[in-house]
Amino acid sequence: MSSTLVTTMDSSPEQAQLLTSTDDAGISPWKDAFHRLLRNKIAVCGIVFLIVEVTACIVFPWFSRYSFETQNLEAALSPPSAQYWLGSDALGRDLLVRILYGGRISLMVGVLATFVTVLVGVVYGAVSGFLGGRTDNVMMRVVDALYALPFVFLVIILMVFFGRNIFLLFIALGLTQWLTMARIVRGQVISLKQKEFIEAAHSMGISNTAIVFRHLIPNSLGPVIVYLTLTIPEVILQEAFLSFLGLGVQAPMASWGTLIASGVGSMEVAPWLLIFPALVLSLTLFSLNFLGDGLRDALDPKGAKD
Amino acid sequence: MASSVPILAIRDLRAHFHTRRGIIKAVDGISFEIQKGETLAIVGESGSGKTVSQLSYLGLLPMPPLRIAGGQAFFHDTDLIKAGKDKLRAVRGDSISMIFQEPMTSLNPYLKIGTQLIEPLCLHRKLSKKEAWKVASESLEKVGIADAARTMHSYPHEFSGGMRQRVMIAMAITTKPEVLIADEPTTALDVTIQAQILELLGELKKETGMSIILITHDLGIVASVADKVLVMYGGKMMEEATAHELFSASSHPYTTALLKSTPRVDIPQEVLPVIGGSPPDLSKLSPGCPFYDRCALRLDACKETAPKPCSLSPSHRSFCHLETVQ
Amino acid sequence: MGLRYLFGRVSIMLPVFIGVITVIFFMIRFAPGGPFDKEKIVPPEIMESLNAQYHLDQPLWKQYLIYLADLSRFDLGPSFKHANRTVNELIAEAFPVSLELGLWSLGWALLIGVLAGAMAALKPNSWLDYLPMSFSVLGICLPTFVIGPLLVLIFGLWMGVLPVAGWDSWQDRVLPSLTLGFAYAAFISRLMRGGLMEIRTQDFIRTARAKGLSEVQILFKHSLRGGILPVVSFLGPALAGLLTGALVTETIFNIPGLGRFFIESALNRDYTVVMGTSLLYFSILFVCNFVVDVLYVFLDPRVRYE
Repeated sequence: MSSTLVTTMDSSPEQAQLLTSTDDAGISPWKDAFHRLLRNKIAVCGIVFLIVEVTACIVFPWFSRYSFETQNLEAALSPPSAQYWLGSDALGRDLLVRILYGGRISLMVGVLATFVTVLVGVVYGAVSGFLGGRTDNVMMRVVDALYALPFVFLVIILMVFFGRNIFLLFIALGLTQWLTMARIVRGQVISLKQKEFIEAAHSMGISNTAIVFRHLIPNSLGPVIVYLTLTIPEVILQEAFLSFLGLGVQAPMASWGTLIASGVGSMEVAPWLLIFPALVLSLTLFSLNFLGDGLRDALDPKGAKD
Repeated sequence: MASSVPILAIRDLRAHFHTRRGIIKAVDGISFEIQKGETLAIVGESGSGKTVSQLSYLGLLPMPPLRIAGGQAFFHDTDLIKAGKDKLRAVRGDSISMIFQEPMTSLNPYLKIGTQLIEPLCLHRKLSKKEAWKVASESLEKVGIADAARTMHSYPHEFSGGMRQRVMIAMAITTKPEVLIADEPTTALDVTIQAQILELLGELKKETGMSIILITHDLGIVASVADKVLVMYGGKMMEEATAHELFSASSHPYTTALLKSTPRVDIPQEVLPVIGGSPPDLSKLSPGCPFYDRCALRLDACKETAPKPCSLSPSHRSFCHLETVQ
Repeated sequence: MGLRYLFGRVSIMLPVFIGVITVIFFMIRFAPGGPFDKEKIVPPEIMESLNAQYHLDQPLWKQYLIYLADLSRFDLGPSFKHANRTVNELIAEAFPVSLELGLWSLGWALLIGVLAGAMAALKPNSWLDYLPMSFSVLGICLPTFVIGPLLVLIFGLWMGVLPVAGWDSWQDRVLPSLTLGFAYAAFISRLMRGGLMEIRTQDFIRTARAKGLSEVQILFKHSLRGGILPVVSFLGPALAGLLTGALVTETIFNIPGLGRFFIESALNRDYTVVMGTSLLYFSILFVCNFVVDVLYVFLDPRVRYE
């Protein structure tokens, strides 16, 4: 619903020029792209935040005094304090631990569903682009037609009628996102099939290895990686959306969506229960989107130049 | 000719782009005058500053990065460089009109041709839409578009490049401008269409008595239409002469090289000579002659000191040390 | 834009539409649990008559054909949960509410988005540009279910200036429509800015300047029409987003619209209502995407659909 469009927006031309003006010869394109990415401050902020967050989600709950289920009704709804850093919920559970546990679920759903997206999208797009002709035409018509469907409604129906199973959830979410991936991969396969630039490279006496590393891989892998990075926040958002409506992850498990939903229920007495999960979710979405934008600029100097 | 008062007089115009990579002196010390009914051709390679020399004093380039570093541009008694934005706007499209190189993109694809054509009339002549529509239709007929009424209701993409350039010309002459600046008006067109457009410009000039500033890199065009010629290189003036003087007795080595590299039908040539090297980087110009690096006849003085103009006749000036040495 | 295009468009969408009907129909029927499961044990005779009334005693393929036949007469059938009500009646009650919410939101989004985008494009790289563009990043990354509760918290609970739920007075319209419209205002402002910035570099803008038009005249007469095209093409996806966003917004603000109704019916396993609402959603999207295409042709004379 939202995040992918950020990528089609303009990055400032000065920044782009700054990024591309220094592509010195001799550095491999990936290293080059990495350097360009590091020069993009906001993308680096995103990376740092994500690293800290993922580490915290994995490690912190092990060392915490509380598990995500530990109830302490006497300390119910206590505001942030030394004991409960981010406060506690209506059952006296530590919010920080619950956010981090929720993060595990949300991030896992994000990554796994994106994996499904990549799998389906790459296979579909590659087959379509490789076969070409009529088959390609029909397969892309199908994609066009499916674009018009609001998949969220199908996912909701699926979740409601087949039980709110987390595996079903990430498969269903993955299946809503593969269309764009399929288009991107198809485009790449077709352009690689034509290989004009590869012939050109040959004729200029560039070796095969150099062609593969300098042209083929950056040209095909780049857009996939960029879109992959931008799919993760999209899926996390969808999961949170479903969980918020009570159609996703079920208690006692928590995801950011369910935490926000219960935060809404008690925001009058305990606003921190709404604010902190909302903040963490938003920062995560920000970071992933900025990282995706940064990657696109870094991996596609052609596009950034204009 | 020289005795009458010029319509437009540019004196020592300097237009510099201030960019991150330094100051680019796109136009550096250009002067010319144009009388009523005269055609002045400004000739040079791409990047020589010929377009900037015109767009800058009309306020058609974004400032910054452009900065007018000096000079005057008198249109009658008004210095356009000192004139405010509103004054400039009142002149643009009214007494000084322009047509551009790219007829395919210079018209707004989203608006009907008629809508675009009547704009200068509504704006400067305060005509009602209906009156303007009539005048604009007539102007379309004048540029040789047969079905003017229907054309007014069409969109630009329905026409070929040549037709669009005709529309652009029609738009430029609706207000009966005193000066028409034509920036490479035929470059993007087929050769046969080129001839037609040039012929059309000539007829319109005769009919209306307007002056034309023709920016071009094609000396063939200059020979056929221009009264006076200004040759530019690297943002500076190289030579200024009447068309006759230039083709019969060019003085500057750059002009000579340029003439030699122009294909001619009358003289059989096996190999067309080219000017070796490439145009200079305008951000790294030395104080000397910008053509120094590529000049076959260069002297030591050329590198460090700018050549002074040398008058060869009342209408012929060359900016070259060779003339002063001789 | 001829009849042929219209025909082609419908001929693609019709199979998709029937496909969707089929998928949802069988998905719901094959799902474990039926609509009358939760009810108290009813005498077998009543159960039988209920089943007969809803054709549940018929073989599945026959139920499917009956449904299609009814649908061709625009009859969505009786509700399973609301006694003696037809789906048509229920939708007729809820839809106007959602439509009003959607129009308010879209109105906000267009008004704020177009103005902010145009302002940013008129003075790029000034605070008139940075300020709205920073807001738009917020709007794009913050999901509806975060913005909504935060608005309720700030304006409803802390400042107490606006009602937090219900759908009676005009004040009730403010927070929900802002919640739903915010993200789209953000998108539209970026698209508007991008579109106008792109137009600004075009040759015909220089022509307009050469004619002596002022910057404001150029903006309104020459730039706006082309610059707004990205916004127009975004209206299709925006509508899909508004529909899904309405699910959340109507839940948060307790609005008796189609979205909340859909969620409730899904949770209640009200087969016919879920089917009917989904089909309505799909039809709305189809029609609106079509309208957007027509609008595009109207704005850009170069576009012709074959």
